Parts: sequence; C-alpha cells; structure tokens
Amino acid sequence: MRLSDTQRLLMPKAAPLSHFSLLMRRLHVDGPLLGGLLLICGFGLFVLYSAVGESSRLLMNQVVRLSVAFVGMIVVAQLSPDFLRRWTPWGYLAGLILLVLVLTKGDVGQGARRWLDLGIRFQPSEAMKLGVPMMAAWYLHDRHMPPRLGQLLVIAVMIVVPTILIARQPDLGTALLIAASGIIVVVLAGMSFRLIAVMGLLAVPGALGLWSLMQDYQKQRVLTLLNPDSDPLGAGYNIIQSKIAIGSGGGSGGLFGKGWTNGSQAHLEFLPERDTDFIFAVLGEEFGLLGVLLLLALYMFVIGRGLFIAVQAHDTYSRLLAGSISLTFLVYVFVNTAMVTGLVPVVGVPLPLVSFGGTSMVTLMAGFGILMSIHSHRKLLPH
Amino acid sequence: MDLLSPIKDHHSERRLFVGRVIISAIVSVLLLGGVVARLVQLQIVDHELFAEKSQGNRVRIEAVPPIRGLIFDRKGRVIAENEPAYQLELIPEQVDDIDGTLRRLAALDLIDANEIDTYKELSRSGPRFKPVTLKFRLTEEEIANFAIQRPRFPGVDFKPRLVRHYPDGEAVAHAIGYVGALSTSDLQRLDAARYAGTSHTGKTGVENSFESVLHGDAGYRHLITNARGRQVPIRSSELLDTLPVDLSPGPGSNVYLSLDLDLQRLATRALEGRRGAVVALDPWTGEILALVSAPTFDPNLFAVGMTTAQYAELQGNPDRPLFNRAVRGAYPPGSTIKPMLALAALETGATNLTRKSLCIGYFMLPGTTHRYRDWKPEGHGAVDLHDAIEQSCDVYFYEISGDVGIDNIHDYLGRFGLGNLTGIDMSGESKGLVPSRAWKRASFGNRDDQRWYHGETVIASIGQGYMLATPLQLAAAASAMATRGVRYRPHLVAAVEDALTGERSMIRPERQPDVEISNEFYWDEVIAAMHDVMQGPRGTARAVGRGAPYEMAGKSGTAQVVSIAQDEEYNEEELEERLRDHALFLSFAPLDDPRIAVAVIVENGSSGSGVAAPIAKSIMDEYLGYGDNAAQ
Repeated sequence: MRLSDTQRLLMPKAAPLSHFSLLMRRLHVDGPLLGGLLLICGFGLFVLYSAVGESSRLLMNQVVRLSVAFVGMIVVAQLSPDFLRRWTPWGYLAGLILLVLVLTKGDVGQGARRWLDLGIRFQPSEAMKLGVPMMAAWYLHDRHMPPRLGQLLVIAVMIVVPTILIARQPDLGTALLIAASGIIVVVLAGMSFRLIAVMGLLAVPGALGLWSLMQDYQKQRVLTLLNPDSDPLGAGYNIIQSKIAIGSGGGSGGLFGKGWTNGSQAHLEFLPERDTDFIFAVLGEEFGLLGVLLLLALYMFVIGRGLFIAVQAHDTYSRLLAGSISLTFLVYVFVNTAMVTGLVPVVGVPLPLVSFGGTSMVTLMAGFGILMSIHSHRKLLPH
Repeated sequence: MDLLSPIKDHHSERRLFVGRVIISAIVSVLLLGGVVARLVQLQIVDHELFAEKSQGNRVRIEAVPPIRGLIFDRKGRVIAENEPAYQLELIPEQVDDIDGTLRRLAALDLIDANEIDTYKELSRSGPRFKPVTLKFRLTEEEIANFAIQRPRFPGVDFKPRLVRHYPDGEAVAHAIGYVGALSTSDLQRLDAARYAGTSHTGKTGVENSFESVLHGDAGYRHLITNARGRQVPIRSSELLDTLPVDLSPGPGSNVYLSLDLDLQRLATRALEGRRGAVVALDPWTGEILALVSAPTFDPNLFAVGMTTAQYAELQGNPDRPLFNRAVRGAYPPGSTIKPMLALAALETGATNLTRKSLCIGYFMLPGTTHRYRDWKPEGHGAVDLHDAIEQSCDVYFYEISGDVGIDNIHDYLGRFGLGNLTGIDMSGESKGLVPSRAWKRASFGNRDDQRWYHGETVIASIGQGYMLATPLQLAAAASAMATRGVRYRPHLVAAVEDALTGERSMIRPERQPDVEISNEFYWDEVIAAMHDVMQGPRGTARAVGRGAPYEMAGKSGTAQVVSIAQDEEYNEEELEERLRDHALFLSFAPLDDPRIAVAVIVENGSSGSGVAAPIAKSIMDEYLGYGDNAAQ
C-alpha cells in the first residue's frame, strides 16, 4: 500500500506523457494496435481516392465508415472478456436464427440473399465471422487443452452449421472464411497435428464433394484460375487485367510504380472492381513494389501485435479468440492479395480496411476491439 | 472429465498455445512471403511483358484523313473545294428509343423516312459510342430547325466536317467528275493505309483520274482510350509522355485545270434543255478549255450523299444526265469529216483541186439504181473540192469515195485521231470507229456480212454508216486541222501544286504523231474552204460567221440518226424529236494563228450549221475576248 502510494505520487513526474497514455488505458485502447490500424487505413484512403476516380464524395463516405468502425472498436474494447464470454452462446444462437431468417426473408442482391432488414440493413454472416470463433473459444474455455476428439466433433458442428447456412445464400467466400476462423481456434487449442493431417487428407474427397455442390459461376472461377487466358473477356478478364496492372506498375519505372492517380489500368477502367476486391492491384500499379511491401508490412505488424496479445492473454477464451481474430485477419489479407495476383481463385474477399465498403469493416474493427479489450482487461495475476 | 482433472494446468496449456502461435506465425510469414514472391515475379521479372500489355490496352491509333487537294480552273478560280458543313449524327448509346427518335426526325423532314431501317441497322452494328451519320449536309434552315428541337433529341447532334463542294457543280460535272462515299469495291482497290479515316473518293472525271494526287496521305494520332474503346481526355502528362509520336496527314496536292470556267458556264447555258456536248481545245498544247456534256447533274449530290430515290431519278432519267457524252458519246461524224477526207483524196490522188463534179442532188453507183442523196435535193451544180467543202456537197465526196477507198479513209481519219483513244487524262473515253475492210472481216461472223461493199464506202465518205466519233475526238481532229497536222494529247490538268510548299509542277503538252501531208498547199486549200464555210459567200454556216471581228474556219455536219427509206419524203415535223438528225460543228479560230478548236454536238439538233455552229462561235468569241458579241 505504501509502495503504491509512493508510486502514485511518483508517476506523474516519472512519466510526463502519461496524460495521453492514461486516457488510452482508461479507454482500453491498445496504442500499437491502434497505430498500425490507423496507418493501414490512412494509406488505404490514399489508394482508394485514386481507385474511385478521385471522387472526394466517395472518399468521404469511406472516411465516415472508418470513423464509425473505429468508434465501434473502442466501444467493443470497453466490454470485458468475461462479459463477452458470458454472452457468447446467446449471441451465437441469435446469429444462427438471423442466418435462417436471411435464407427465408432476406433481400436479394446480385443473385444472392445476404442482407436482412430489421430496421437497419445488415448481413448476419458478418456477425458470424466473430460469432463462430467466439463460440468455439467459449466451448473450450473450461476444458483441458488439447481438446479431445469428442469435443472437436462438437466444435465441428458449431462451425459447420453456420458455414452451410451461409454457403446456401450463396456466399462461398464468407462461408469458407468463417469455417477457417473456427478451425484456427481448434488448431491454436492444440488439436494434434496427426489429426490435422488426417483432416487434410479428408479434404480431398471433401473438395470433390464441394465441387459438386458449387454453382456454375463458382466452378468457372476455379477453372479460370488455372488458366485465365482461356476466357480473357469473360471470367479471366479480372485476373488478366489485375496482373497487367500490378506487373506494369513495377520494374524499369523504378520500384515506385506509375505514381499516385496515374495508374492507366485503374483510371482507364480496364481494371474491374478496382475500388473493392481488386484495390490491391491499384496499389501495385501506382505505388509499385515498395507500396505493396509497405502495406504488407503494416498488416504483418497488426497481425503480430494481435498474436502478442493472444500470447499475453490470461485465460483460454481470450487466448483462443485473440489468436483466431489475428490469424483470420491474416487469412483475409492472404486470400485477397493471392487472389488479385492470381495465386488463388477469385472468391470475392475485400482487402481488409482498404477496400471500399462498410459492413466487413465494422466486423473487422469489432474484432480489433475485442483484442484491445482482452489486452487491457488483464488482471495482474502474480507470476 | 472435470472430476478427473479439476484443475486446469495453466502453465502447460499456455506453453502449448505459445507453440501453436509460433507455428501459426511461421505459416503466416510463409503465406505472405508467397504473395511477395509473386509480386516480385509480376513486377520485376515479367514487368516488360505487362508494361507492354498495359500500353497496348490503352493506346489506340486513330487515322487522321488528309485534306483533299483543291481543283482550280486555268485562271485560278475554285472548281472543287472543301467546305465545312454540318452533318447530323446519332450516338446510339445516348439514345434510349432509337426507333422513335428516327421517326420524329423523319417527321421534321430532317431524314428520309424510307431510310429509317438503314439507320437503325447502322446504329445496331457499330460500337455503341460511335456516331452514325444520319445526314451529311444540313442546310442553314435545317440547322436552325433542329437547333430549336434539340432538347427533344438527346444523343442526336450536328457535327462539323469537311465536305467536297463544287461551286459551279453543274457546269463542270462531267469534266471534273465527283467524289462519292467509299464503296466496298473502292476499298479493295485502294491502299487501305492511305484511305484510313477517309469517307469519300473520286469516282469519275479528274476527281477519279487524279485521285492519287488529290487524296494525299493519311496521318495518325495516338489516343488514350478506356476499356470500352472510348477516347478519354488526357489529364496526366505522365500518361501522355508514354505515347508514341503522331504523324500529321500529308494534304493532297492542288490541281490546276486547263479548263476555263467562263467557257464551261457558257457552254452549259448554250446546251441547256438539249442533249449534246461541247469540247474546246488549245490546238497548240492539247489543253482542254471546255468540256461539257448535257444534260448535266449536280456533283454535290454525290459528295453530300443522296437518297436512294434521288439516285434512282438520276439513273432513270431517259436523257441520261450521268452519261458523259463529251468523251463517251459516239456519234456518226457526218460531214464534219469532209475536210479530212479532202486531204486524203488529194494526197492519194483520188481528186485534185480543179476536178469538178456535177451535183444533181443524188449519186448512183455505176450499174445500180440506189440513189445516194445529197442533203440539198436540187443539187449544188458544178462544184470543185473547195465548193464541196464550203457548201458541204455530198455528191462530190460520193463520187471520189471509190477512188480514195475505205482503207485510205480509215488510214487518214486515223491520223487525225478518229477511231483511236485520244489519251485524255480521264477514264472511260470511247474509241469511236472508223471502218475498214479488216475491221469488217474481224467484226462479223457471216461471210456475206464480212465483205465490204462499195456502197458502204460511199456513205462512209460523208461520215455515216459504221463511222462513229466522240466530241472529244472531233475537237482533237479540228485542232489537228488548225495546226496543219501538229497534234497534242488532249488533257485537262495543266499543273499540280504541292499544298504545303506551293511548288507547282507543270504538265508538259505531249505531242502525238503529226498528220503528214506531202504538199503544204493542200492544207491551205482545205483550210481556206473551211474558212469559207463560215465566212464565204456560200458557206453553210456563213450566217454564223458573218460580221465576226476575227477570221475563223469550220465545218458543219448533220448526221442521220435513222436511214430514210428510198422515195420517202423527209418530214421533220412528223419525226419524233429523238429521230431527228444530230447537229455537229467543228471550228477553229483565229484563222492565221489558231488558239482554240471547238467541237459541238447537239443530239437531234437537226442542223449542224443552224444549231451547233452558233454554240461553237459563242465559245470562240468568249475565249478570244469578244464575249460581248456572244451575249447578243
């Protein structure tokens, strides 16, 4: 007590900058994570301004969305992990109900039924991006690690049910990402590598089964990935043009690309979906290799900070959830960049925090809010 | 389960978790490392390939058509020019209801209702952003009319462009021809690179024969286009810097004609309401001073584009306005060949200057009863060669024709250019025909028809029968008569001028083989007789030449269109107009120093001296500077 009194007395003098850090701590905000996210979003806004044809109106839209998402993040950060854990099963259940509602009553847009209008329009599948890993972490929280086979089967059901519901919308990309976020939880929980290998082998017939369930356009995307030149004006067009954009942005013109707002692929409309899924190609064209490396480095920093928070977390639920959120973020980044560079099929995943659009951003930032909550609500346990 | 291990081993669980996070981090780095490797491949290894593709994506080459050369007359007056005109265009992608829009435009009389389907097809076939031309040339009134209505027609507007314009279209139509829209067959014939971006090409006349000079060379410019091929305004200098260099079009050369616009107008007026032709030459150069065919047409119709109905009307007109009579019309030359025949007869010894015939109004071959009539039923009495030319006595020539012989007639008329192409710098001229024994043998299948009959020589001696000549050939023959045998290739183009440097290259007169007559005195005699035709006491055209301020020579011709049966009275009144005789006249002036030779043909004009000669005289008056006389 004495000591802490002394501490209290000494602290303002010892740390003159502490007004700001005190506020950050009060708000449960993690400085490094916030800094990384702000840098990504700031850089992203530059790229987006060019990608939307230098429309300040559209740019302001995105700024407003980002602001809302940051506020959301900070609000989520105020909720303690214990509180989140207690409400997890109810949230998950509500999510499932909403998913069923979407399939029966949702609004149709672009051939898919993804939106639900309950006063505000939103996509329940977005909520499940957090709901599934939370549910898996909740289930494993009180149990011994590594989980046993029976427990894994229970979790498998928790993952598969929403995945199938979302795949039926159909939204294969989101379904796969949600499944991935759940699987990451069990892998982090210590699921044996032998089992992972067996699952990997089972994935082959699984993939074949999935192929038979796929819509024609989805099959086409996979086929086109293998040989984009087979359909240069149809399904292969996106990939060909995005590769041209990225490829022409590097090389002899220096590592700096064609220069901001000078990308001919983007500005002359050769590159489709340049402000959404394919914005990474605009970055590659206009900012060159240095630009893409900078963005990837910022992503790595955020992911690294997330994993650090996960390692520092004090309970199983927090740990697994923080790890899953961080690694799912990595999956988003990887799938988008690999898709735009023609490494994986075009599945319609936006580049997180950079692509134009609101819904997925709110979910992402809510996830980072959880990370901040986990990091800032640690009880100082004795070691 | 919980009973067996009521306490979680936090320490080992954390270790397990940290291990998994480390593995995950390694996998993460590997995954993003794969993306980075891919980026290096795309941006550095394969950069050149993609840079080229990017360039190819956005740069489109657009042809820039050259400006067509101008055409001037011999005094530098413009005959063909390029005039800015407004054309009506429709951009398909900006029009919601193309069908309705076209119908409403037709209701305003801006487009032809019959062409709606054509325009609809055009709107459908091309790229949606590419304008379709609905009308090539709007009148002032139409522009004003449309301007008021424009808000009702989104996607339809008028755009300026250069249209070939002939200020004196009808007067020069047959000489300089016209330009028309490029046809598929034109495109196969022409060099596609030179004609990229060009819509019209010379179809007839000088416009056609000097096409390669007038047209010029197409240039090109590089455009930055977006993914839909639409040109985009260039903002960024960095995009501009990557563009290859453009090439300006090389304008077509200007062409100076030897034509005299005043003579063209005069001749066109003189032939108005008739069918016929006038050709005037400078005998000492072969320069064509006037070349008119009537009826004429407005060549601007072709340059602007006409409706199917308008074209059908031109094509279907029984007077055939599109037919160039001056160079393609082959007519029996009639008595106009008599001076040439006289030279042939003198040269071959078939007659001499003192020999006389007694003309009693007709001629019969020995041992036959067929009467070859003279144009003057009562006869000319005793006539020598001079009289026979002056009064155009047929009987005299009937009589000597046998001694000259058809092959000599063929030979001598050929020396004057009849029966041969003149070589005029315009395509499509007709060769005419001067018969010979060899020709007849080669031309007929039947053995009896292949034989040459004496009677055929008789009628050939007055330019009838098989004989045919074009007005151009007759003008060239008159020239050769004026120069006493010196002949030049008739030509329309006097000089070509580089439009950029202004440098002119003159087209040199091209001499053709002379008509060689052994005795210069024969020329004197024949030309003197031709002088008397117009200005002698009994000349057939003395009414025309009388009182003129200069001396001239000429020869009339009245060529039968149909042969008249024996003993049938010739009744002009009862003959259908089109069966009347053609009126012909050749002339040159001044007598001592000829500067102009003229041939005139008036189809069914009945009388060479009465109808054709005054026209020839007025042309000479005008050219020699006595225009006021002609006006009276």
